[in-house]
Amino acid sequence: MTAAATAPFAPPITASRTRGPASEVSAPMPDDQATAEPALDAGFISIRSYDFFYGSHQVLFDISMEIPEKQVTAFIGPSGCGKSTLLRNFNRMNDLVDGVHHGGDILVKGHTIYDPHLEVTSLRKRVGMVFQKSNPFPKSIYENVVYGLRVAGQADKRDLDQACEQALRAAALWDEVKDRLGKSALGLSGGQMQRLCIARAIAVQPEIVLMDEPCSALDPIATGKIEELILELKRQYTVVIVTHNMQQAGRCSDRTAFFYLGKLIEYDTTLTIFTNPNQKQTEDYITGRFG
Amino acid sequence: MNAPHAVKAKIASGRVVGESLVWLTAMGLSIGLVMVAGLLLLIFCNGIAVFWPRPVIEYTLKDHGTTSVLLGTEVKNQVKASGTGSEVQICTGNKDVAAPYRFIDEADIASRRYPAGVMRIERLAYGDALGYPVELHISNASTLPADDPHFAEQLRILVDEASARRQAISHLEKDAIGANARAITRLQLRLKVLDGHGGDAAASAAVKAQIAALEAAYADFSAKARAQEGLQRIHQLVIRLASGEKRTIPLGQILDFHYPNQVTLAGRCAWFLGNIMHFIIDDPREANTEGGIFPAIVGTLVMTILMSAAVTPFGVIAAIYLREYARQGLLVRSVRVAVNNLAGVPSIVFGVFGLGFFVYIVGGNIDQLFFSAKLPNPTFGTGGILWAALTLSLMTVPVVIVATEEAVAAVPRGAREGSLACGASKWQTIQRIVIPASLPGILTGLILAMARGAGEVAPLMLVGVVKLAPSLPIDGHWYDSDIIPFVHLDQKFMHLGFHIYDLGFQSPDSDAAKPMVFATTLFLIALVMALNLGAIVIREKLRRRFATSAF
Repeated sequence: MTAAATAPFAPPITASRTRGPASEVSAPMPDDQATAEPALDAGFISIRSYDFFYGSHQVLFDISMEIPEKQVTAFIGPSGCGKSTLLRNFNRMNDLVDGVHHGGDILVKGHTIYDPHLEVTSLRKRVGMVFQKSNPFPKSIYENVVYGLRVAGQADKRDLDQACEQALRAAALWDEVKDRLGKSALGLSGGQMQRLCIARAIAVQPEIVLMDEPCSALDPIATGKIEELILELKRQYTVVIVTHNMQQAGRCSDRTAFFYLGKLIEYDTTLTIFTNPNQKQTEDYITGRFG
Repeated sequence: MNAPHAVKAKIASGRVVGESLVWLTAMGLSIGLVMVAGLLLLIFCNGIAVFWPRPVIEYTLKDHGTTSVLLGTEVKNQVKASGTGSEVQICTGNKDVAAPYRFIDEADIASRRYPAGVMRIERLAYGDALGYPVELHISNASTLPADDPHFAEQLRILVDEASARRQAISHLEKDAIGANARAITRLQLRLKVLDGHGGDAAASAAVKAQIAALEAAYADFSAKARAQEGLQRIHQLVIRLASGEKRTIPLGQILDFHYPNQVTLAGRCAWFLGNIMHFIIDDPREANTEGGIFPAIVGTLVMTILMSAAVTPFGVIAAIYLREYARQGLLVRSVRVAVNNLAGVPSIVFGVFGLGFFVYIVGGNIDQLFFSAKLPNPTFGTGGILWAALTLSLMTVPVVIVATEEAVAAVPRGAREGSLACGASKWQTIQRIVIPASLPGILTGLILAMARGAGEVAPLMLVGVVKLAPSLPIDGHWYDSDIIPFVHLDQKFMHLGFHIYDLGFQSPDSDAAKPMVFATTLFLIALVMALNLGAIVIREKLRRRFATSAF
């Protein structure tokens, strides 16, 4: 871990991060900030009695939760528990699947995302997403980063250059790629590709960044870099991350939600979830007794 | 310890389990490969052999007491149909004297000789002449005998001079007189329109005056051309045929001449390459049995390119709707089955459809709307290269649809989601991500379509292919009736596939046509291969560019 990368972090986080991504976190110690958070009713993303169906198969059951602004919220739970599905509904990515429908509502800043007057593309510009498998386009690094701006109709070269540099710096990739912006993005390493995807997501200045297991295909070093990045991103963005990695949830997130079989079992500060969970199921899952 | 022995025993006995199936499948493949390679080799050898200059043999025949002499090249030697003895097929040239191909009994041949002085003369008409040069009449004034040391040199100078004059005449006829004739046609049309509108006497008179001026110019041009033609006849070459008969050939008729039994190997190679070049760049002569295939090459090329230009956007758009927008269900499935079945419809059916729909309905209406002044002479209401290209693109569109659909379906979901997550609309995603990534697959479809379309003959015969087209579909002429300059979409055209059919099966002299059939087939295959290679090179470049990430 470089000094430059750790510098912007608040000291307590740095302390917890220096143990490295591979170290076991039996008793995670989230920083003090996590306790000083806004009340839940002032959520940035509000989920209200949300049900979700693939055809006749219900995958989410009556989810209600409030996700606060400019914090990192982690969704954990065993495979198939619906955490990715919920995440993918925040930018209506599930609309692409045939035969889906929902009950209840999701509000971003108090406005429903299912507003028929709302263009789904404008929602997706406000709610960026990073996927499990890094998916850079077969274009140059530069074109990848400015893709969102180009489709939004921006063509001014100077604006694009500036946005590209800003996004790549924010994704801690600028120094590695600044001399080969015109080269294909497919020549980058796995970790670089994932950071490029993060740069692409934040280049359009979204309010929320969704991350669907962003490190599951990466080695520990690359994972460490992404985790640093996540902590950095929450200064500007509201981050929701789905992860299978307990340590990662413990290290990066302020709040953690535990899902099981399509239901929200427990949702609280990460400190509480990891040290003093209310539910037996949560404790069992976190300590590795099932899941 | 037992196992290796068992395997060894099995190998020794040749009975390893499953081996027979490996042999069977390998056999299937090798039979196919051998057949394809054999066919290509046959066409290549026969096609290329046409251009190789062979020595000319003088045969002395004894036949029932009389002896006769023949000059010719040996085409083939075969066992007689009766089963005893063999016979030789020779080509004696001199079509103006007798049929050039004949069989002679090997037993009748008293002797063979390779006379050094024999000359092969390529002529404008009646094919090649074979004989011994006797003398050269220069301007009916002086005579140069063949044994003069400067004979060949002098003949070469005069033949080159005649060739240059021939080109000048052809230039005069095609360009100057042609432009004049087109201008007259245009003015006559205008006159017709003016008269039709009730008649503006002054304007009509002006147009008539213009026509008269052009006609005077035409008379001038044709007088010039006639004078030049006269010059083509003033020098003459006298040759003696094998029979001893003398023939006089005006030098204007002579394209080239060689002493086939005197040329060195290097000279023979140069002659061979020259033959190939002339075959490619020359116009056909004498009902296509002589000369080159240039108009057919251009026609095939232009038609195939037009077809590709029509079929690619059409097929790609249809495939994108089918795969990206249409709701996958029974209807889309049946549409897909129907598209696949379309590929199996006999091509002549497409020809009939093209004639009925494109030529008569679409073309007829275009003529009514835009070219009514020319009626009853059809412009687009008759077969033409545009309708041929559209008919073939209809025939090949299923191939492009199927290939594109597969390519579009193979674009990784992650790429689409990544684009949509950036706020791109569905169409932006298709346009910027899906189509570029499917380009290699689209090109595969195009390659298959070109391979099928370029070799198709049957439907073309109904929608615009002709035995001999007076002009090329692309040339230097600006016709005012055309929308695009220099491309004449309404014109009939020649096609290599049809050329093969015409030469092989419609020609009066099948022996003379046979080498041309092989040579034309060789060039058709070469053209299709060249088009495909071009597309493959582009596809490989795109593949490298759009190779998706490794993991």
